[in-house]
Amino acid sequence: MIEFGQAFAAAFHLIASLDAGLVEIVALSLRISLSAVALAALVGLPLGAAVALYRFPGRLAVAALLNAFMGLPPVVVGLIVYLLLSRSGPLGVLGLLFTPGAMIVAQWLLVTPIVAALALQTVADLHTEYDEQLRSLGATPGRALWTLLWDGRLSLVTAVLAGFGRASAEVGAVMIVGGNINHVTRVMTTAIALETSKGDLALALGLGLILICLALAINFTAMAVRDLARVRHA
Amino acid sequence: MVTRLSALVLALSLLAGGLEARAAEEKTERFITVASTTSTENSGLFDHLLPLFTTASGIAVRVVAVGTGQAIALARNGDADLLFVHHKPSEEAFVADGFGVERFDVMYNDFVLVGPSGDPAGAGGLAEAPAALARIAAAEALFASRGDDSGTHKTELGLWRAAGVDAAAASGTWYRETGSGMGATLNAASAMDAYALTDRATWLKFANKGDLEVLVEGDRRLFNQYGIILVSAAKHPHVKSADGEAFIEWLISPAGQAAIAAYRIEGAPAFFANARMAGG
Repeated sequence: MIEFGQAFAAAFHLIASLDAGLVEIVALSLRISLSAVALAALVGLPLGAAVALYRFPGRLAVAALLNAFMGLPPVVVGLIVYLLLSRSGPLGVLGLLFTPGAMIVAQWLLVTPIVAALALQTVADLHTEYDEQLRSLGATPGRALWTLLWDGRLSLVTAVLAGFGRASAEVGAVMIVGGNINHVTRVMTTAIALETSKGDLALALGLGLILICLALAINFTAMAVRDLARVRHA
Repeated sequence: MVTRLSALVLALSLLAGGLEARAAEEKTERFITVASTTSTENSGLFDHLLPLFTTASGIAVRVVAVGTGQAIALARNGDADLLFVHHKPSEEAFVADGFGVERFDVMYNDFVLVGPSGDPAGAGGLAEAPAALARIAAAEALFASRGDDSGTHKTELGLWRAAGVDAAAASGTWYRETGSGMGATLNAASAMDAYALTDRATWLKFANKGDLEVLVEGDRRLFNQYGIILVSAAKHPHVKSADGEAFIEWLISPAGQAAIAAYRIEGAPAFFANARMAGG
């Protein structure tokens, strides 16, 4: 088990020397995953809240679908997005395949059900709590939707963070639609897969450690912002 | 359902495309996309070769490194401008089916049979690769196969046929199909102390050899020819034919061939340039 010591050394060396290749890969990873999560929040939060508040036929089926899609296999999503964006596919003319844009689309598909399903739960709980108040104010579901989303914003941070965790950790989808092209679509996870396939396990694990540290840093920041908001709110 | 999903992905694609616009402005470079194999990528050849071409031509090369089977599928769908792989029969079929313009030999190296230094099947040192495989089968010693329709896998299957062994029937017992790239398969072989067939360049560069060593080499059946093909613009009009041709011309030119020959891994040549030079 020499690998672990070497991995820490490799990770430390990469960070200490501010390795240009590493900075590029980390920046691209963050750009892609944060874009995907922002888009997913834009769609997923209102979608989850709407399913929680509106009564329509097939509502339960939609809720079940959102819950099931939280566990979408990344490699399947990658394959679907590949088939859509391929030059032989329906959206081939866009020329998006093997670009960061294609990777954002794939991660967005993965993350949106997670954000939506968790938002659904949060908003449904809040709705049970405030049902009478909302009704006495004569709020329509449309008004209630935004009110409850705003009211639950502190809990919804967790939903968005769960989505970010999924986006930044997956490799199956971005590998297929991004192609792991050096300097163009190589991100943390695909770089780790590449170093593993070269047999350079220490460097691969070192990159993995950096990825975990990044996820920690982002979660700490989000939690700090949330707690600050909670203190000011109280 | 499909159209609705398409519409959704389209909307998101446009949005994502917008986000990319700024990034694209930073990088308005000329580039071509090459579908190639994990062996060329993992061996480090591209890191050595491509900057030389880009400096000479101003054209950047984006490599998507996958198994030969998947690389051919990508090129067939028009998702690459060039196909740079190592299984001549598949390549010739690709051209015959009208997907490629013309196939050019670029370089070769060879496959080697690696295995645990203890060599439980007694396959080491045999001159004939099929005979070595027959011994592995007779001893039911572990063998890690790519099992992924790659060029290396296709060559391996041909060797089993020559040995008169139905390896697929033993799949799951001593014959283990990893279904993954060369490096992942070597990692598995190293962990299981199994035999494996690998191209020499990946082997030389591979950092996790463990107890494995080269046992059989030099059989002419282990010859590994690489070829390059421009994807046909008749099938896929968006293919960057001019820049793709420039890449082929450079690869088979004296300058490109010299660059391939100059690439060494720990002092050993990894690939041998063998294009038929224009006019020569």
